[in-house]
Amino acid sequence: MRTICFYFQVHQPFRIKKNYRFFNIGNDHYYFDEFENRKIMRKVAEKCYLPTNNLMLELINKYQGKFKISYSLSGTFIDQMELYAPDVLDSFKALAATGCVEFLSETYSHSLASLKSKEEFFAQIDAHDEKIFKYFGQKPTAFRNTELIYSDHIGEMVAEKGFKVMLTEGAKHILGWKSPNFVYFNARNPKLKVLLKNFKLSDDIAFRFSNKNWAEWPLTVEKYKGWLDAIPHNEEIVNLFMDYETFGEHQWADTGVFEFMRALPEYVLRDPNYRFATPTETAEMYSPIAPVHVTHPISWADEERDLTAWLGNELQDEAFDKLYELKSVIDRIKDPKLQLDWKYLQTSDHFYYMCTKFFNDGDVHMYFNPYSSPYEAFINYMNVLSDFIIQIQRAEKTAHELSADELHDLLEQHKEEMKALQAKLAALQQNKEKVEAGNMAKPKVAAKKAAPVAKVEAKTAAKPAAKAKTGAKKKTE
Amino acid sequence: MPIKTLMFGWEFPPHITGGLGTACKGLTRGLAQCGTEVIFVIPKAFGDEDTDTQSIVGANNVRIRTKSFFNEFSQLSNEEEHTEEFNIWKELTYIEVGSVMVPYLTPEEFHEYIRSKENISKSFSFKSVKDFWLAKEQQLSAEGTLSFSGKYGTNLMEEVSNYAIAAAVIAQQHKFDVIHAHDWLTYPAGVAAKKISGKPLVIHVHATEFDRSGENVNTQVFDIEKMGMQMADRIIAVSNLTRNIIIERYGINAEKVTTVYNAVEPDQMAQREYSKSVDDKIVTFLGRITFQKGPEYFIKAAAKVLKRMPNVRFVMAGSGDMMNDMIMHAAALKISDKFHFTGFLKGDDVARMFGQSDVYVMPSVSEPFGISPLEAMRSSVPVIISKQSGVSEILQHAIKVDFWDDDAIADAIYGLLNYNGLSATFKHYGKIEVENLKWENAALQVNEVYKLAMN
Repeated sequence: MRTICFYFQVHQPFRIKKNYRFFNIGNDHYYFDEFENRKIMRKVAEKCYLPTNNLMLELINKYQGKFKISYSLSGTFIDQMELYAPDVLDSFKALAATGCVEFLSETYSHSLASLKSKEEFFAQIDAHDEKIFKYFGQKPTAFRNTELIYSDHIGEMVAEKGFKVMLTEGAKHILGWKSPNFVYFNARNPKLKVLLKNFKLSDDIAFRFSNKNWAEWPLTVEKYKGWLDAIPHNEEIVNLFMDYETFGEHQWADTGVFEFMRALPEYVLRDPNYRFATPTETAEMYSPIAPVHVTHPISWADEERDLTAWLGNELQDEAFDKLYELKSVIDRIKDPKLQLDWKYLQTSDHFYYMCTKFFNDGDVHMYFNPYSSPYEAFINYMNVLSDFIIQIQRAEKTAHELSADELHDLLEQHKEEMKALQAKLAALQQNKEKVEAGNMAKPKVAAKKAAPVAKVEAKTAAKPAAKAKTGAKKKTE
Repeated sequence: MPIKTLMFGWEFPPHITGGLGTACKGLTRGLAQCGTEVIFVIPKAFGDEDTDTQSIVGANNVRIRTKSFFNEFSQLSNEEEHTEEFNIWKELTYIEVGSVMVPYLTPEEFHEYIRSKENISKSFSFKSVKDFWLAKEQQLSAEGTLSFSGKYGTNLMEEVSNYAIAAAVIAQQHKFDVIHAHDWLTYPAGVAAKKISGKPLVIHVHATEFDRSGENVNTQVFDIEKMGMQMADRIIAVSNLTRNIIIERYGINAEKVTTVYNAVEPDQMAQREYSKSVDDKIVTFLGRITFQKGPEYFIKAAAKVLKRMPNVRFVMAGSGDMMNDMIMHAAALKISDKFHFTGFLKGDDVARMFGQSDVYVMPSVSEPFGISPLEAMRSSVPVIISKQSGVSEILQHAIKVDFWDDDAIADAIYGLLNYNGLSATFKHYGKIEVENLKWENAALQVNEVYKLAMN
């Protein structure tokens, strides 16, 4: 029995304003291009998210539990659904309700934190999984790192965080003669199972589907099922991992990609040797056959399947290092607005725009890149980051000062203390006057005049005085 | 008797791409103040140029098809007719043969472009002077005029030669005592006007091909420059630095060359206050980001200063063929959070940049004059300039360093940022000094050169 495991990456970055100039530094603290982000989110929602979600829901309902899929929705994508596309959020909720959809864990902002800071990596996983639970009621058990980035070390951290299975690229230079169609395990911690993308069969759909120069064009479901059947008999699983935007955005509707997807489950399920499963189910069903050794991080990007799309040139490394230098200060100042900006600035797309390799994968890069050159992308990002650093420094200066709530509490406390002291003073004055009145017979008139005022003060002060005591107690505690 | 001069420029405010147009305007204004009349010719008149102090003639409005002119030359049939006039048109034929067809480019992009040999197309080839004139006749509009873009681009060489044709017609139509041509683009025009009118020619060298291209000079441009210098009766250089290049590199007789320094027009906008948006000190480089401007020395100095003090930002304002390399350079030195690039600044942004600057640095490798430090000083910004700039010959209240000495540049920046007494002195006296550099004074010297040329 062979298992097909579908996983779709769904992500949108918060793109920063394209013309954030030097003159904006220190003045303009809103970095994100709301118009552009909304526009793109809406466009992709109409072309891809909504129709594809409908299709998936239709298929799940039709095959009554036999068709299963999985998604990783980045936190920034979920935030954008909240802001611009509640209809898409609803359709994902409907998919979650079928019980045939697994939501994977990842970093909140689709970041590269796993390469830099374990603490930040874990914090972002927690923030992301909280969101997933909030909307879909699932606590993720499978992990998919940003752009399938994986190494022995990253896998080890993911295992430590309690995940049972992790997804990554079945990169040729890692596997050699080995097949991606088995469950593997992490080389440092055998408890973590690793699912490897079958990039040939995945990319046939994701990249080549509509390419008329491709010898196999047009790709039919019969042909595709034939390729699945041609896989050696003992190979157990086929991991089809792809961008969700394959449907309707990278491959337009008129290429027939929706019809292909609609027909695929039927052809597969007609054959009793096949079934669909989610990553967690797949990992539970099969025993791992061997460790997978990945000393240097891999990803699913470009020919090299490495990190060079995001890191490695001077521009990317400088921006990346300068960003993560801020980690400890950000944690210290605990300002929610700055912490959100910090998350959004970590999104890997910003570094992707600064990539300088423009040969084999140049066109793919240009497709996603709003900037005309990596230099322009870098300058814009660094201007924003410079302002962000100034903001942090200002916030740090006032960090020992208190938040508005705390300040309010303290002021209240202070007020009550003042009242209590006033009451005390009034009481003492009264006493003094009494004593004075007793001692001296003559200046009675003055004492009488002062007395009523003091009495009134003492009366009004009596009640708060009691409160003040409890307030004072709290403070000493 | 007031002198009347026919002046050829390439651009005039407000339509300018570089400093040349601004300098021309300042000079004509100064000349007007000493009673000299100026007819200012540009390839393309937009109609909104300031004509208070001079009349503007656009070569694009000049009718070339006149009996007395066009026919005369189009009759020239073969190379045996070696009249004086004939030679200049032969010159132009030669210029155009090597001309290049390029899209709109900035001056430095154009130089970059024509330096690479494969771009030089032989799209024009005239067998004879007659062919040349027949081709020209094809280009004439219904009104009998030639069209000009007035930019550095779409077959610049062709525009240069067309400009000379128009210049010859203009020289026939106006009365004047002397011809004055600014930089190589207008030398053929000046020479043509001289041939037609017999009046003396003064050429004004704001920059040479060596300043623009280092040692990789474009020989076409060099030849035009040399031809202009040889044909000129007198030459004005913007600094002794440039004067020496003219004498040594172009082999011109030293007695023919006079140095007249540029000036700067008083600040029109009084002193506008631009509030700073960051607390840090700001050190600025403003100019084209090309090898000749020494941008890398500014970056090296910036890295050194940042090691000593954190509360400072560096700004490289401008664009150019080395910009991307400089961005990489700053990133490799890990100072990109404190080192900013603005791209080319337009209009108000220049004043805004000066208004926010605490120090201005011009580390030029080779700078015939360099007017922007004067603009900085006018805005009360202390300046650090390279000894290899023409402007360093006249400024007292500026820190002068060798362009390659980034230690000295870093030192000077640090001093100006940290010792208030020092910066206050430079701000105060620098402003006074620059306000005393007046175009009237430059114009008086230019007038003397005219007199020498006329005698």
